Amino acid sequence: MAALLEVRRLVKHFARKQGLFARPSIVRAVDDVSFIVEEGEMFGLVGESGSGKSTTGRCILRLIEPTSGEVLFRGENVLGFSAARLRQARRDMQIVFQDPYSSLNPRMRVGRIVEEPLVIHGLGSRAERRARAEELFELVGLERDHLQRYPHEFSGGQRQRIGIARALALNPALIVADEAVSALDVSIQAQVVKLLLDLQQRLKLTYLFIAHDLRLVENICSRVAVMYLGKIVETGETASLFRQPTHPYTRALLSAIPTLDPDAVRQRIELDPASFDREAPLRQIAAGHWAAI
Amino acid sequence: MPPLLDVQDLTVVFDGARQVTAVDRVSLQIASGETLGVVGESGSGKSVTAFSILRLVQPPGRIVRGRVMFEGRDLLRLSEPEMREVRGARISLIFQEPMTALNPVMRVGDQIAEALTVHGMADSRDARARAVELLDAVRIADPARRVRDYPHQLSGGMRQRVMIAIALACRPPLIIADEPTTALDVTIQAQVLELLRELKERFQLALMLITHDFGVIAEMADRVVVMYRGQVVEDGPVRQILRAPVHPYTRSLLAAVPGMK
Repeated sequence: MAALLEVRRLVKHFARKQGLFARPSIVRAVDDVSFIVEEGEMFGLVGESGSGKSTTGRCILRLIEPTSGEVLFRGENVLGFSAARLRQARRDMQIVFQDPYSSLNPRMRVGRIVEEPLVIHGLGSRAERRARAEELFELVGLERDHLQRYPHEFSGGQRQRIGIARALALNPALIVADEAVSALDVSIQAQVVKLLLDLQQRLKLTYLFIAHDLRLVENICSRVAVMYLGKIVETGETASLFRQPTHPYTRALLSAIPTLDPDAVRQRIELDPASFDREAPLRQIAAGHWAAI
Repeated sequence: MPPLLDVQDLTVVFDGARQVTAVDRVSLQIASGETLGVVGESGSGKSVTAFSILRLVQPPGRIVRGRVMFEGRDLLRLSEPEMREVRGARISLIFQEPMTALNPVMRVGDQIAEALTVHGMADSRDARARAVELLDAVRIADPARRVRDYPHQLSGGMRQRVMIAIALACRPPLIIADEPTTALDVTIQAQVLELLRELKERFQLALMLITHDFGVIAEMADRVVVMYRGQVVEDGPVRQILRAPVHPYTRSLLAAVPGMK
């Protein structure tokens, strides 16, 4: 399969001011991150808060400007694009956010929210845009009669479907789903995940699925990268990574997840930061499986 | 022996254009030293149930029916001053979000000490010494120095430990924990759950643990109450609920957990 997205040595540093006269300290939010997302796959980027996973997602779409590195989309470096070229490229790369409450404008009817990307990109007549919104609403499992309503009239799961419809409006190839189902109740989460998988098949979509829930990622992603303090510490085929977690951080993370078996023997592995070299390069440990040890 | 807490027929409504019954004839019991897991999704009424036990429901919410028997008394019939003697001293509450539950402009040691002095459990000098001991009990390193910290100087996991220290201060026989680890990363959650288990043993606590996460239930609970739309739909020992759920809602909820096939 061909690479749709290739991230090469991505770096994002934030300067944190310490005080009026102190030198700002540098936070290495994303610290030399490289990975490839293949056409049609769901690639999981997992980590805890502060791991840099969301910053990585936002740098890819240039919602924030990375410090250095390359982001190749269909072989072209997005970071070198002019404003006009970037705008065009954004038709192919869309994002779905975590919070379905703050990511939809409360004063806009949802029909307009879903049509807005078409308006911004000057696509279609008014009637064509309306027809497209109706089509999108049905695609994500909502009723077209509800296009006239406002966001507050929908539940959390329905709002997330609206966010997905908006992301799909321009027929993108890549969706960055940034904790897109994390805020949802488990039964609703299962439905929205099913929708994402269904759309992947029907529309030949590729996903960068950013999440903190490893169990979820294990179930739906073909490949996964585990981030810790700005670096990818382990990556590979999901099955191999979960069968044979190798990096101390991955092992600690997996051992921390509660299991559903009340009689399971808990073998919690505490992370000892001294047990690994933060600068170690990724090294192949099995077919399609690398760890920074 | 009667249960430590015996809730009977508790009903809470929210008044408005359309009256909503948030808690609908809920009955549940907790024995001394037991952990009862209360599980449900948003809007199931699990948090309102907890707040009602401590009579902390704010208007337009009101308790319209039921009994909350605790240490031989019906909490719903106590005067407000009597109720204040129960809250924090006999039953304490741990919230999901420690940053909003802690006072941002007060040193954490003073907040722990306050819990003791308010209930007349210690004078202010003893209370300070006890605050250090309590921080040590919740496994905060260098507690003598940390008592002087403000909440913003602590990580999320440490703040939740401070909340637990405050909840423990008066040695209550029952702690109600409302999604205590939901805002935490999974590795920090594991440490906080471990701490709660240890403290339960050491202080002979009963715990009412409210959560949406069946994994947390499996790790912590002796018995489980499943809530759906304000009602208790299933109640039983944790193994039975997880392995042989009877109610269709419990089954569908378990089936939706990633990794359950």
